Amino acid sequence: MTIELAVAMAMFVGLVAYAVFGGADFGSGFYDITAGGAARGAQLRTQIDHSIGPVWEANHVWLIYVLVIWWTGFPSAFAAAMSTLILPLLFALLGIVLRGAGFAFRKYSPTLSQARVHGALFAGSSLIAPFFLGTVAGAIASGRVPADGQGDLWSSWLNTTSLLAGVITVACCAFLAGTFLTADARRAGHDELAARLRRHTLLVGVVTGALVLGSLVPITQDAPTLAQGLTGRAAPLIATSILGGIAALVLLARNRPSAARISAVIAVASVIIGWGAAQYPWLLVDEVTISDAAGAPATLRALLLVAALAGIVVVPPLVYLFRLTQSAEWVQH
Amino acid sequence: MIAHDALSLAAAVDPAGLLPARQQMALTLGWHIILASFGVAFPAMIFVAHWRGLVRKDPIALVLAQRWAKVSAVLFAIGAVSGTVLSFEMGLLWPGLMGTFGDVLGLPFALEGLSFFVEAIFLGIYLYGWGRMPPRRHMLMVVPMAIAGVVGTFCVISVNAWMNTPAGFRIVDGEVTDVDPWAAMFNPIAGLQFAHMWVAAYMLVGFTIAGVYAVGMLRGRRDAHHRLGFLIPFAFASVAAVIQPVIGHLLGGGLGDRQPAKLAAFELATTTESPSPLRLGGVLVDGEVYGAIDIPVLGSLIAQNSLTAPVPGLDTIPLEDQPPVNITHWAFQTMIAIGTLLALAVVVYWAVRWWRKRELLDHTWFLGFCVAAGPLAVVAVEAGWIATEVGRQPWVVYGIMRTSEAAGDYPSLWWLLAVTAVVYTCMTVGAVLVLRSMARRWRQGEHDLPSPYGPGAGLHDRTPGKDRPA
Repeated sequence: MTIELAVAMAMFVGLVAYAVFGGADFGSGFYDITAGGAARGAQLRTQIDHSIGPVWEANHVWLIYVLVIWWTGFPSAFAAAMSTLILPLLFALLGIVLRGAGFAFRKYSPTLSQARVHGALFAGSSLIAPFFLGTVAGAIASGRVPADGQGDLWSSWLNTTSLLAGVITVACCAFLAGTFLTADARRAGHDELAARLRRHTLLVGVVTGALVLGSLVPITQDAPTLAQGLTGRAAPLIATSILGGIAALVLLARNRPSAARISAVIAVASVIIGWGAAQYPWLLVDEVTISDAAGAPATLRALLLVAALAGIVVVPPLVYLFRLTQSAEWVQH
Repeated sequence: MIAHDALSLAAAVDPAGLLPARQQMALTLGWHIILASFGVAFPAMIFVAHWRGLVRKDPIALVLAQRWAKVSAVLFAIGAVSGTVLSFEMGLLWPGLMGTFGDVLGLPFALEGLSFFVEAIFLGIYLYGWGRMPPRRHMLMVVPMAIAGVVGTFCVISVNAWMNTPAGFRIVDGEVTDVDPWAAMFNPIAGLQFAHMWVAAYMLVGFTIAGVYAVGMLRGRRDAHHRLGFLIPFAFASVAAVIQPVIGHLLGGGLGDRQPAKLAAFELATTTESPSPLRLGGVLVDGEVYGAIDIPVLGSLIAQNSLTAPVPGLDTIPLEDQPPVNITHWAFQTMIAIGTLLALAVVVYWAVRWWRKRELLDHTWFLGFCVAAGPLAVVAVEAGWIATEVGRQPWVVYGIMRTSEAAGDYPSLWWLLAVTAVVYTCMTVGAVLVLRSMARRWRQGEHDLPSPYGPGAGLHDRTPGKDRPA
């Protein structure tokens, strides 16, 4: 394996982690928004506070990790993507800012009316951010980012693949979040809440599956290079994803949310990995390959060291945090 | 003065995105640096309070630690997102810089990412760990946060130092070659510039938190809770305020060789004089200085550690390589003035306390000063950043890449600036409202601050979708 491929994979691991964990945090906004009035939604919103409160900042850092590895390892491709996709990135950024601020402010709001404003900001922007990040992924995957960064500011992300990718991203986030929240509510002994979440999540899962299947044909026509990879090299991963999704739905239907959670993670992670495998060796599809985009070799070596360091100083505490949040002392509110 | 500088900036043929990009960066960085300072310095103060509460069995200190942790939950959340804004902006606003030098300057950013990770993970554990973990282990969760804050500061500041003293690459035929990211990271002034900002963070946070309790004491709440809440951050700020002039002086040493234009602007030196005076105040208009007070020889002494060595004047620097002089000069002297004032104030406080056995906290005028010290420290930090950033212009990478070459060519960036100003204003108002309400509820005897929609809030949905607080 070449060193630039190793760095690209280290970056991609971060992207998968962000999609799964950050995505589950974003997706909880969907259940927050649909939770109903203040009294009816109180228990669910408290569950969301409790579930994502300890982890959302850590999960968010995966995005920073991806950005810094990208601009350090593949600087010119980074500049090109940033220049062409400035609009969806700015919209996603607005969503990220309002989500974080809204979440923190809501929890400590003195009155219900203030909490409602912050809560609406938190939940609404939780859906905005993944949508626009999805359009960015779609733009890169469908070859809309030219190497010189002078792509069209609008049509590069207002196209079939980008928009479908945006919608699918939101749906996947909501599905992930649903399985996580259902499992958390069940662990905390809130059976009624868990049952309600389970119904919603099943619905979201069916819609997500339909969306994914329904967009296959349009994406195939709009993004031939990606389609070729998805049906070729990445086909096993896509199959894994479909099976994972079905398994998650079945497990959820059979009232086993903890196991469903793992299947949902497999489904989402393998579709993201499938995207990466499908567009290999391109970094910006049809424009720049990973090896063409690579920065200085000394820097790439240093980045591998950073990735290894992340495995040592970040992953163990992260696992510790996740284990704590699942422990008996922590699931009680 | 500012209008003049802005005009001289815009006069050259610059990309449409340059001026709004610079203002955008100034607004978002200037806002984030306050919260970043809390991320760096607050954990250490929380740790001291927590340690005192747990090990010395001081219930007042334990309450302080619990409250400060809740405050940090709010501050760190908006600090995390405003830091993300800066990450995006590096690429969105400065594609020329990142595309050309991303692999030179990126390594410290990547390491900073790891620090941010560690901070976020242990913040989550610490905030939610109250009562859910063995108490001592819970307390120790602050330590990685504090260490990560220090490492992260070094990494970020090292990039800024690199922009001042670029290292770790060569340019051959216009191409960047021989990239050594470690040499870039450990560039000549990375260490001192880090020390300067690190200590500044302790001043900003220490004086600000102490000021909050000074307000309480001014309003008659002179209990042990307020005294301890004042003293812990004030002690941190005191140490920092006394060390800071020394670090600042060391950092300034050699500036005349590294960045003569910046030094000339700092000192408002229009011509090379030997020895140079220290020029207080004053405005540069059409090459003439008006209204300055000159103290002979002191300029040479402070800037060059010499009785005779001159500060190189602006007349030695081509006009197109000069920074906006007035902004740089005033920002620099504002920082120095406030830093000096704060250092003197803490020396007076502790001297009177130790040798005269008198407590200045019993005096309203001193408490009033302490209330002002926090905002003053914020102004000093902002002024310092303005001085070093504006003073580096017109370069983004000193002597190598002009800021105009780094900017993208977006005509509509003013819109972004307007939207950002609105969003950041709302976020500031939101944070202030929430923090003030937390303080009010604590004063009213509430302890845990449950969410208004949580269990036990006794909510009723009267009509679907329209509900009121019970």
